[in-house]
Amino acid sequence: MTEAATGSPMARTTARRQDAAGPARIDADLMRRMFATMWLIRRFEERAAEEYMRGRIGGFLHLAIGEEAAVVGTIAALRDDDPVTSTYREHGQALARGSDPKAVMAELFGRRDGLCGGRGGSMHLMDAKRHFYGGYGIVGGSIPLGVGLAWAIAYRDEDRVSLTMFGDGAVNQGVLSESLNMAQLWRLPVVFFCLNNQYGMGTALERHSAEPDLYRRGEAYGMPARQVDGMDVLAVYGAVTEAARLAREERQPSFIEAIAYRYRGHSMSDPDTVRAADEKERWQARDPLVTFERVLLGEGVLTGEEVREVIARAEATVEEAAAFAEASPPVPESELARHVYANPWTDDPRGSARMPR
Amino acid sequence: MTTAPAPPKTTVSYREALTQALREEMERDPNVFIMGEDVGRYEGAFKVTRGLLREFGETRVVDTPISEAGFVGLGIGAAMAGLRPVVELMTVNFAIVAADQIVNNAAKIHYMFGGQVAVPLVLRMPGGAGHQLGAQHSHSLEAWFTHVPGLKVVVPATPYDAKGLLKTAIRDDDPVMVLESEGLYATKGPVGGPDDLVPLGRAAVRRQGSHCTLIAVSRMVWVALAAAEALAQRGIECDVIDPRSLRPLDMDTLADSVRRTGRAVIVEEGWPECGVGANLAARLYEECFDWLDAPIRRISSADVPMPYAKNLEQAALPQPEDVVAAAADLVGAR
Repeated sequence: MTEAATGSPMARTTARRQDAAGPARIDADLMRRMFATMWLIRRFEERAAEEYMRGRIGGFLHLAIGEEAAVVGTIAALRDDDPVTSTYREHGQALARGSDPKAVMAELFGRRDGLCGGRGGSMHLMDAKRHFYGGYGIVGGSIPLGVGLAWAIAYRDEDRVSLTMFGDGAVNQGVLSESLNMAQLWRLPVVFFCLNNQYGMGTALERHSAEPDLYRRGEAYGMPARQVDGMDVLAVYGAVTEAARLAREERQPSFIEAIAYRYRGHSMSDPDTVRAADEKERWQARDPLVTFERVLLGEGVLTGEEVREVIARAEATVEEAAAFAEASPPVPESELARHVYANPWTDDPRGSARMPR
Repeated sequence: MTTAPAPPKTTVSYREALTQALREEMERDPNVFIMGEDVGRYEGAFKVTRGLLREFGETRVVDTPISEAGFVGLGIGAAMAGLRPVVELMTVNFAIVAADQIVNNAAKIHYMFGGQVAVPLVLRMPGGAGHQLGAQHSHSLEAWFTHVPGLKVVVPATPYDAKGLLKTAIRDDDPVMVLESEGLYATKGPVGGPDDLVPLGRAAVRRQGSHCTLIAVSRMVWVALAAAEALAQRGIECDVIDPRSLRPLDMDTLADSVRRTGRAVIVEEGWPECGVGANLAARLYEECFDWLDAPIRRISSADVPMPYAKNLEQAALPQPEDVVAAAADLVGAR
């Protein structure tokens, strides 16, 4: 990793910030909630890592530590009934949407009371009641689903907005180009939100994208596109607020690139040997929780005591979630074949049961 | 195309039968819309959507860019929101471009998320060879899609079933692959009315006989019927069974017939390895082994990419003579 390569993304962020006039003016209550959600996600992810090491969580576990501002700023800027689709790094999106942390943790544990009844796991959370339409395991694969949710909104002439989140790695999937084209061609109410954490698994942005300014992918299709500091929750909130307004009021899709950094490796099975220690330290020095706390203290939105309370509440919630998940019973094996079909003709997992006559 | 039964008096083409199904379902349910390449102004590469743009407008009959993964994915998302998209893929060959969306998303979403949302999506497309279109435009991929739990797969062989199965597929809450046959679009037959649905997972017995069972998929039903006619002239009477849907599969009707005849020939247009015939034969061995008087035979396309040259293409495709030879062999009447 060369110094130039590691240094450039942050340099670009600073240079291209379009919201340099200062943080968006937003309601103090909302800021407190955003701060609390960011801490909930941070503590939830840390606990998930511990539980993975204990063997209570299986499969792949992708943590979003470091990306809390990008996640929370986005969800906070949407209406509760705006559909959201995401990637396999999506615990935070579910929590920010208000999914019960107990059900999210139970899903990670693969238990009966999990958000998806233990069938999805960490990578496949969904909370349809809260219009969170899922985390998906194939890079880029969920983007057209977000466009389809936007299609349905337009078809029914509703005033909702679909937001689809994806990472920097997904920009190189052809289906993103297809989706951008259709969205702009048909003027669908969708926000393409690229959470650029600067690595497609272990491959640095500069080594995977010929054009490192990813928002320009959106520009290429004639839609408004911008880059924001994904470590700054208020900057993200401001950008998504405007993008959602454009989609809602003008049926104009847009593209946001939020530059952030994940502190952990790609997943728990990634020893994270590719990224330089000093690079991580530089980004952690701009920790989104710490910088937001500074803003909140500076503006008198929170006191130091209240900050400590927020963190303690997050810890208690996560503790409770883990205890709940551990106590939740296993998924009954008799339910193995349940939900394969919405209109089933058999409950036999071998598929050999007979059609009802 | 050899058709054994005499055609009824009022008949429509397989193509028009599909158009009727689309029109009736769009009239019935405003959530139904059509999307695909050249389905609107061009009225479909095979004219299945003829007249529908004029009738229903651009919101419900949507010409897409050539972006199969994109618009199939869009259809899935719209279906998750409760619409009933009928997405046309110009041919099954292009479904391969959208395979990720079909297999990873459409087939998985209901299960993977614990039943929270359904995907009431129809993907309809023609397949099959016979028009000298070469290796990339001649696929029969029934086996690929039937392999995937979460999908339903129908293979209509007649205008009646094309209409009735497409209507059922549109009303079904799961993703249904309607695999049409390019070689059947111009064939004619009777069709049902607006309320005549053909249920998924119910086979049709196309001809009855006690010596051997011919199980045939899609266009191969007509090949099997031609073979059965030739066999009858030699005193060999065959059941000809059209499964009509491969998932769900009406195993009862297949097994009942094989238990009665003790012999089976399975005819499909796809490849032999891990094909529909391989699967049906395995299922029949599991369920009917003690009733079998001879090994089950499979007739399929040759195990080669489809060649262009007319004679080679015909050599690669299953012909009635192949079915006749196999059945005659099984009953010991070589």
